[in-house]
Amino acid sequence: MTATTSATGIGAPVRRKEDFRFITGQGQYTDDVTRPGETKAVFVRSPHAHANIKSIDVSAARKMPGVVDVLTGAQLATDKIGNLICGWMIHSKDGSPMKMSAHPALASTKVNCVGDAVAVVIAETIAQGKDAAEKVVVDYEVLTAVVDPAKAQAKGAPQIHPDIVNNTIYQWHLGEKKDVDAAFAAAKHVTKLDIVNNRLVPNAMEPRAALADYDVGTENLTLWNTSQNPHVARLVISAFIGMAPEHKLRVIAPDVGGGFGSKIFIYPEEVVCLWASRKVKRPVKWTSDRSEAFLTDAHGRDHVTHAELALDANGKILALRAKTIANLGAYMSTFSSSVPTYLYATLLSGQYNIPSIYCEVDAVYTNTAPVDAYRGAGRPEATFVVERLVEVAARQMAIDPADLRRRNFITAFPHQTPVIMAYDAGDYNASLKKAMDLADVKGFAKRKREAARHGKLRGLGYSTYIEACGIAPSQAVGSLGAGVGLWESAEVRVNPTGSVEVLTGSHAHGQGHETTFAQLVSERLGIPFENVSIVHGDTDKVQFGMGTYGSRSGAVGMSAIVKALDKIEIKAKKVAAFMLEAAEGDIEFKDGKFTVAGTDKSAGFGDVALNAYIAHKFTGAELEPGLKETSFYDPTNFTFPAGCHICELDVDIETGKVDIVNWTAVDDFGTIINPMIVEGQVHGGIAQGVGQALMEGAYYDAAGQLVTGSMMDYTMPRAHDLPSFHVGLTMTKSPSNPLGMKGCGEAGAIAAPAAVINAITDAIGTENIAMPATANAVWAALQKSQAPKAA
Amino acid sequence: MYNFTFHRPTTVRQAAGLLARNPDGKLLAGGHSLLPVMKQRLAQPSALVDLSLVEGMTGVELKGRSVVIGAMTRHADVANSQVLKDAMPGLAAVPGSIGDPQVRNRGTIGGSIANNDPNADYPAACLGLGATIITNKRRIAADDFFTGMFSTALEDGEIITKISFPIAKKCAYEKFKHPASGFALVGVFVSKRGPDIRVAVTGAGSNGVFRVKSFEEALKKRFAAKSIEGMTIPANGMNSDIHASPEYRAHLVAVLARRALAKANA
Ligand SMILES: Cc1cc2nc3c(=O)[nH]c(=O)nc-3n(C[C@H](O)[C@H](O)[C@H](O)COP(=O)(O)OP(=O)(O)OC[C@H]3O[C@@H](n4cnc5c(N)ncnc54)[C@H](O)[C@@H]3O)c2cc1C
Repeated sequence: MTATTSATGIGAPVRRKEDFRFITGQGQYTDDVTRPGETKAVFVRSPHAHANIKSIDVSAARKMPGVVDVLTGAQLATDKIGNLICGWMIHSKDGSPMKMSAHPALASTKVNCVGDAVAVVIAETIAQGKDAAEKVVVDYEVLTAVVDPAKAQAKGAPQIHPDIVNNTIYQWHLGEKKDVDAAFAAAKHVTKLDIVNNRLVPNAMEPRAALADYDVGTENLTLWNTSQNPHVARLVISAFIGMAPEHKLRVIAPDVGGGFGSKIFIYPEEVVCLWASRKVKRPVKWTSDRSEAFLTDAHGRDHVTHAELALDANGKILALRAKTIANLGAYMSTFSSSVPTYLYATLLSGQYNIPSIYCEVDAVYTNTAPVDAYRGAGRPEATFVVERLVEVAARQMAIDPADLRRRNFITAFPHQTPVIMAYDAGDYNASLKKAMDLADVKGFAKRKREAARHGKLRGLGYSTYIEACGIAPSQAVGSLGAGVGLWESAEVRVNPTGSVEVLTGSHAHGQGHETTFAQLVSERLGIPFENVSIVHGDTDKVQFGMGTYGSRSGAVGMSAIVKALDKIEIKAKKVAAFMLEAAEGDIEFKDGKFTVAGTDKSAGFGDVALNAYIAHKFTGAELEPGLKETSFYDPTNFTFPAGCHICELDVDIETGKVDIVNWTAVDDFGTIINPMIVEGQVHGGIAQGVGQALMEGAYYDAAGQLVTGSMMDYTMPRAHDLPSFHVGLTMTKSPSNPLGMKGCGEAGAIAAPAAVINAITDAIGTENIAMPATANAVWAALQKSQAPKAA
Repeated sequence: MYNFTFHRPTTVRQAAGLLARNPDGKLLAGGHSLLPVMKQRLAQPSALVDLSLVEGMTGVELKGRSVVIGAMTRHADVANSQVLKDAMPGLAAVPGSIGDPQVRNRGTIGGSIANNDPNADYPAACLGLGATIITNKRRIAADDFFTGMFSTALEDGEIITKISFPIAKKCAYEKFKHPASGFALVGVFVSKRGPDIRVAVTGAGSNGVFRVKSFEEALKKRFAAKSIEGMTIPANGMNSDIHASPEYRAHLVAVLARRALAKANA
């Protein structure tokens, strides 16, 4: 596909169609949907991180005003509502399958984290529900909690699930240990680092919500919820939880206000709302408040890692090894098992030619909220390990960090890494060079001297990251344990008047699909951008689809649309051939016009569409009427967006406060549909990455109470914490999909943490500093470093 | 939020009467401290006595050598008061550092002082200027008013009506924001009014706002950052939480005091 000259085609910075309704408050989110006779669900949650439930007494609550019903886990079991599941099988290195314990939607015998739901009040109003919830008497026998993943496997640690020995879910590995050990034995230089990848709370702007409506007449259940993948939700809730047959369950994810991964998963609350609606025979709505969101949304990251890098005398990397303990929290969330394994260790080669890599990962249960995919999911953790090791190695060996990177970059493609991935295209030297130019690395020394005159220590940090997106070839992920395929679907419906509806299995919750997908269709069919609408998020309207995460909607979702458009073109040419009385093979399609080759006989797209439906020019024996095509597209490989981010920052010597003064991002996302939207994605990603590096961190105290349970204690990045970013692009097209796209949604969050920490350690002259590098932490590190100190 | 009755008196006397009749009642000013805890069901007042229609409780006035601010004056109105900016820019800068525009347009000086949040900004200014808190019953010196975290010398049913700040020739506030909440992780207010020199600290102390007598003593020679160069305060008695260690807070007190002094002398 060629670059467009049209104002709304591929490559044009078209303003987002959806923003008018969002900005003017006209969006329709789950909580905006109301049903006649709607009731509210209020959950009774455990105040303890770990306790046996001795009894639950709901009798007083039932008598409270406005109470419709009070339901418990025992009833859930009686009604044979299944447990929540994790849908990705991981095998331990000894070949045994991962050990997943039961996750009932309402706990009835034991609670395993603060916020675990033990009962639900169904009431006329939220206030009445809350009043009644206070009257539910739960007798707990409090147990010792364990929250630190590094302590979960220790002898004598509290046993969270009776059937899971040492709280260990799996002990997985990837790579050839023998080769790696040999390489380390022969290495001239070894760099070692201990890394904690801090736990994060996703904090989407719209909290999770669910509205369930049971139709007594048809026995159909409808669920409106905040989902990134409504079909997957329907499949799991039907096939595994056994709520209703798939065809009797409709899931609608209307406008969704951000997800960052946290809305991929199937949560207890939506299961309980569906079940409760059938029981009370009225609609049941639950909308999380911010406190519940902090406690119950699946958190992200939370790795403890020891990593080592072996190099020869010239700074050539010989091998990398890492041992990681991943905290999966109290229960295994829907895709939790895959994040610290196949989404993590497979990226440990970074942009480098590393002959051998070995990684071991232990996943453990703790008395904390479940942990699952969060923007980047595994790949930020991998990038952080690799980019910190490379930076520290360069400094230890007195090699310029950019130079050490260059010496090890992969330059020939395709490139098979020792950890499964086959990189298909990239130019890492190009993005490094462009970023260094944009960031004026040459002038850094001068700026550093200038900053020193103002009591500031200036530092510069690189992050040359890579990620695997366009998730993913179904057969490949199936062989790695995925319970589903990761293709995407599209249906293109051309209406008789020539306007077009695209039904996509992707789901937008901030990405701007209504705009970018329309740009693709507009360009391809030569019809006005305004004549295209995108339909998504409703299982009754849209064919089965896999949803949006892992930067897959462009590379996979739009590829499905391209395939469907190919079919539309073929069919439309048949129609045009009848209309123009020519052979099908002589019809050419360009700029929205069907022309008989070598003549001036032509028909517009709208004319052809109309003729497809009125069917006056052909008989039923010759051609089926109508113009509507479907495609299911399965990618042939992951895509590999990569690039270079450079962070320049000042550390205030007196207070340790970090001030980012310059941020340069040069990314290779392959083909770009809408550069403005891509830039927005990069900005948001960097903000989240900087948040992780400098501010964010979910802390549980020893008793398992979430200390950072509100915005008063959990530091979210704000606009004034960030500079204006310098964003640039390089481009190598992905050969793995028809558009050459790679994906851009996670890059910023993946690249940023290492760039920040590399810059801080550069500024203050220490080898390591833990995230979040708060002012207090940087100040404390400064007290121990060789850098100049305040008076 | 639990149910409560809502009253809107128009005089201080009526407000006091309503409080007397509703022993579990509470005054409502800007609501930006009270309403969040009510929403979380952590406070359950039986009645709210809203002060917003009470006459004579707002405004910033010059009275002799003092600036008098009505208890119901919103943070934004204090920050934007030309009278105050002319008389004492160091004090005018304090409310400007509070929260965000929404908070500044609702929150009041009286509510902030009555609440005495250990990380609030105004208590440092009151103590750092030797203000007088005027209530419907009496006048209380700032030195006697702030008695500990979230506790004050106010008696049940007592209403702050005004705060009187003596005008200091030199004064300034330096705030190191709490990274999450934006309150003062540590805030230091310094002032010099004739021989009266004050250094008041909020955010740091485990007992709320306090004065640093050793700094004040050293500043008597010369009211300048140089006079306290190298001086520290003990970490003992400082707050400790995930955001800052006692050592760091103690360190910040000295750094911010020097910066405030530089600002006051600028
Ligand atoms: C998001 C956010 C950010 C904030 N950031 C900051 C900050 O950076 N710095 C800071 O200092 N504060 C901050 N605050 C607090 C804010 O300044 C509050 O408004 C203030 O502390 C309380 O004032 P109010 O008028 O809202 O009082 P209310 O909430 O109405 O009342 C607070 C308490 O004072 C009592 N009270 C009120 N008026 C009187 C009176 N006249 N006499 C006696 N008792 C009275 C009430 O009964 C209640 O107990 C923030 C608040 C929010 C919500």
